[in-house]
Formats: sequence, structure tokens, C-alpha cells
Amino acid sequence: MGYSLWSLARNARTHHENWPKAWRSPEPKPAYDVVIVGGGGHGLATAYYLAKEHGIANVAVLERGWLGGGNAGRNTTVVRSNYLRDESAALYEMSLKLFEGLSAELNYNVMLSQRGLYMLCHNAHEVQDAHRRAHAMRLNGIDSVFVPRADLARHIPIIETSPHIRYPVLGALLQRRGGVARHDAVAWGFARAADARGVDIVQNCEVIGLRREGARVTGVETTRGTIGAKKVALVAAGHSSVLADMAGLRLPVRSMALQALVSEPVKPVLNCVINSMTVHVYVSQSDKGELVMGAGMDKFHSYGQRGSVSVVEDQVAALLELFPVLGRLRMLRQWAGIVDVCPDASPIVCKAPIAGLYVNCGWGTGGFKATPGSGFVFAHTIAREEPHPLVQRYSLDRFAGGDLVDEHAASGIAH
Amino acid sequence: MLLITCPFCGPRDESEFACGGEAHIVRPADPAALTDAQWADYLFMRKNVKGVHFERWMHSHGCRRWFNAARDTVTHQFLAFYKMGEQAPDIAPVSYTARPAPRTDPALPADPALHTDREGAR
Ligand SMILES: Cc1cc2nc3c(=O)[nH]c(=O)nc-3n(C[C@H](O)[C@H](O)[C@H](O)COP(=O)(O)OP(=O)(O)OC[C@H]3O[C@@H](n4cnc5c(N)ncnc54)[C@H](O)[C@@H]3O)c2cc1C
Ligand SMILES: [Zn+2]
Repeated sequence: MGYSLWSLARNARTHHENWPKAWRSPEPKPAYDVVIVGGGGHGLATAYYLAKEHGIANVAVLERGWLGGGNAGRNTTVVRSNYLRDESAALYEMSLKLFEGLSAELNYNVMLSQRGLYMLCHNAHEVQDAHRRAHAMRLNGIDSVFVPRADLARHIPIIETSPHIRYPVLGALLQRRGGVARHDAVAWGFARAADARGVDIVQNCEVIGLRREGARVTGVETTRGTIGAKKVALVAAGHSSVLADMAGLRLPVRSMALQALVSEPVKPVLNCVINSMTVHVYVSQSDKGELVMGAGMDKFHSYGQRGSVSVVEDQVAALLELFPVLGRLRMLRQWAGIVDVCPDASPIVCKAPIAGLYVNCGWGTGGFKATPGSGFVFAHTIAREEPHPLVQRYSLDRFAGGDLVDEHAASGIAH
Repeated sequence: MLLITCPFCGPRDESEFACGGEAHIVRPADPAALTDAQWADYLFMRKNVKGVHFERWMHSHGCRRWFNAARDTVTHQFLAFYKMGEQAPDIAPVSYTARPAPRTDPALPADPALHTDREGAR
């Protein structure tokens, strides 16, 4: 059923108790054309575009927990495309453009709010780099502008602009089309739209092994039995190495616990997204009034979805350095998600060197903004058996070729 | 915050240490003899274990010496500390992969709490 003002009014009459389920929860079939492992945003988007763009709807998305319980529902919802290199700019900009049409495309309000994203500069080097990035972005047709310190106080009244702090704010790289979107809605919207096209979404179904015939992957073993598949696509974010290991495939990713926290709700004080790599915090204010912040990561490998208190301490110290006015703010809750970090902070989207197997991982600390784009290019790669032109360079081979796409500076997180 | 036992200085706070990632990766004796893929494997590919992980740590704000540790990457519990050059202790691997269990009631709704507990409380 389509969502509209009319359906809202109609359901209001029955006290909103008769809304149909947004997606079915079918028993898994014995076999599918494509089995997608991982029901996060990227897996669900892949399923949607497989059905929509390539007419492949005999697809299952297998999720070991509940839909959106991974990073899809744990991220801090920042979307942007302020990347330096042409390959990254093209990929993330395509994704941002998809985001701009996503609510209409999915008939689901993803609450995209392009409120502007500032990446702060605290030293001469960062200022130079921001100018370079602003030019590179404009050459790639992406909006960007350098905001000098004098103007920043006007844009962001609560920011500390004193030249006497340890890392004075010297200016910022601004992408006006950057902002935030509702992360759950992106996962739910893709789930509902994929389901409507015939995709089976199976939750509580952990993949525990891969079935192989000869050199080919022919299905998956799961906690709900064996499921055959002509093609198996791994989109498991922080658990990518665990799944790749089932195929004897080695990946260059490290699983790390990235943390976030939110404050109690307060009146509107911040109408944009602020990111500082040097003081090391990023923050935005949700529609409910909570300040949502992140950037801290435990320094060791982790699959424990919690994150240490010491990281919270650093995070809050950084926040107060930039916004002393928030000194009395209380924090409500904290959480972590397991992100898959690549050596060059760029993703891997490709056919695996094993027939029937496809891999999409390595989005690390910044894959939410790429959710629609990642699904779009991965669906193409799976359906056509060849990389989508935008991810030609994002193969696993790039590590052997030494052709890395270093985007640490654009990742927004020191790691 | 972890309590880490430096083999040279004793138990210290995590903030004194830096983690150096997977241990026991031996630099190839003759790099020039390797294929690009073999070299990439040495440089970039990692086990990234969910379970017992053998890894390097450095007491960066202390004696500044490197050592090895075995740690469970889910519970974060340290299982052993040992010096560089020493053999890795014999620790049984832990598997966090679910076992195939026939579902008794397929109509049972997903229970988010079950999943958080499995990793969080061990
Ligand atoms: C705290 C935090 C803040 C972040 N902030 C931002 C941000 O502001 N902007 C941004 O762009 N990105 C951000 N990210 C990164 C972003 O969330 C991820 O890159 C992105 O969500 C990963 O894709 P996904 O949604 O498909 O991952 P996930 O939602 O993690 O999906 C992977 C799924 O695979 C499932 N799975 C794993 N193993 C198995 C198995 N064996 N069988 C079946 N299913 C399995 C998992 O349960 C999980 O649901 C943040 C991440 C974190 C943790
Ligand atoms: Zn020491």
C-alpha cells in the first residue's frame, strides 16, 4: 500500500491500528537466484536495485539479527559527498543524488535534511587541504565553499572562535548539500520497497557456512537450514571477514568499534553538521533536540558492539573544546557499531575470485551516506557479472596492484 | 578501559598503550621473489578474527617496548601476554558462529534482546 496524506487520514479513523505490515516475513525458500547476506542498508538497497533495475526479484536478504540492527541503525546519519579523488567523488555524489530523490523513489520519508556540513580546519595544513578539496570538488561538479573564520561565527553562533584555544578554528570546508537523514527510515524504506517487488527478507537467520560445488559457491548454510543460490552476495559490514573466511577468502579489512552518543534534548542550538578531525568530534542536532555526536573508535580490533567509556570521555572533551556553551549538557546514551575499515579507507565492491561470490565491504566509518549508491552499483556488479563503471577501481585487486584510493582525510574520522 | 599487563612493567591502564594489530606476521625473506598478490597478502590481508586474536601492543607511554597478547575480540578479555619472539601460547579458538538449530516455532517473532545478549553479556 502506498503511503500518502489520504492513507494517513484513512488510518487515523481506525486509530492507526490497521496499517498493514511494511514487509512480509516469509519462510526462506529452498533456493534463490541471489542470496544477499546482511540485512543492513547496503544489503537491502542491493536487493531493491536488483529487482528494480535488473528484473532479478527471486532474491533473499538474510539477516542474522533484526533488520537494521547493525550499523544501518547505529550510525550518526551524516550524508555528504565532499571527497577529494575523482573516483570517490563520483561514487559518493551519485549516492547523494539518489538520496535527494529517495523519499519519492521509495514512497517512504527518509527525512533527508541538507542543512550543510562544515569540516573545520585548525592549522595551516588543514586550511590548504580544505582549499584543495573545495577546488577538486567543484571540478567534479560538487558544491563546496571555503568559509573563513570571520564568517564562521555568523554561521555557527555557538562555536568557540577564540584564537587562544589549543586548536583554534581557522575556517571550514562547507558542503551545503551535506546533512543528515533518518537512518532507520532508509533501511525500512528499502526493505518495504524491495519486499513489494518480491524480495524475501528473512530475519533471525544467520549464515554459518557457504555451500560449494567444485570451485563454485552454490548456496549458504544458515541457522534456518540450507538455502541454495546461483549467486551469493556478502554485505555484512563489520562481519565481512567472518563470512569471507567461510569461503577461504582473505580481506584487508579490520573490524573496529565506532562509537556515538546523544545528549538530552535541548532547544535548537545547531542547525548544521560540524566535523573536526583534529579536535576529533562531529556533531549535529536531531529534530528532537538531542545533540548526536561521534568520531571515537576503540584502538583495538573489536566485534563487541559496545565501545569503551574512555572514548566517551575524549569525545565529550572535544565537544567542550569547540562548544564550551554545552558544559552543562547531560548525555543520554552511548552505543557502538562494528565497522569494517580498509587500509585506504575506501570500499571494496566486486566479484570475488570465487565463482558465484560477490563482496561489498570496507565502507568503514562512512557507509551510511553511500547506502543507495552502494546498492545501485553492487546490484549492477551482481546482475551483469562485471563491475559498475563507478566501482571499477574498488576491487579487491587494487591491493595487489598497489592502486589504493586513499581517502583517510575525507573519512571524517582519524584511524 | 582495559587493564593491560606489560610483560616488562606490569598492569597498566589502556591509555598507556598503542595496539599494533595482528601478531606473528613474518616479513618475507625475499620480497623480490613474491608475486604482487603474495606481497599484497603480506601487506594488507588480515585474519581479523572474531574470537581469540593474537596481536601486538606497544607500551607507548611507558617502557616503549612491543609485546604480544592474546585477546578475545568479542569480550575484549586478555588471555595471555608474552614477549616478542616467544611462541604464541596454545589457546583454544572460540567460535561465535551460531550452530544450526532447527527452529521449533518459525512463527516466533524476532527477539532483538536475544542477539544483543549473545555478544554483550558473555
Ligand atoms: C557509531 C557509528 C556512526 C556512523 N556514522 C556514520 C555517518 O554519520 N555517516 C555515514 O555515512 N556512515 C556512518 N557510519 C558507517 C555506516 O553506518 C556503515 O558504513 C554502513 O551502515 C554499513 O552498511 P550496512 O548498513 O549495510 O551495515 P550493517 O547495518 O552493519 O549491515 C550488515 C548486516 O549484516 C548482518 N550479518 C553479519 N553477519 C551475518 C551472518 N553471518 N549472517 C547473516 N547476517 C549477518 C549484521 O547483523 C548486519 O545487520 C557510522 C557507523 C557507526 C558504527
Ligand atoms: Zn612497559
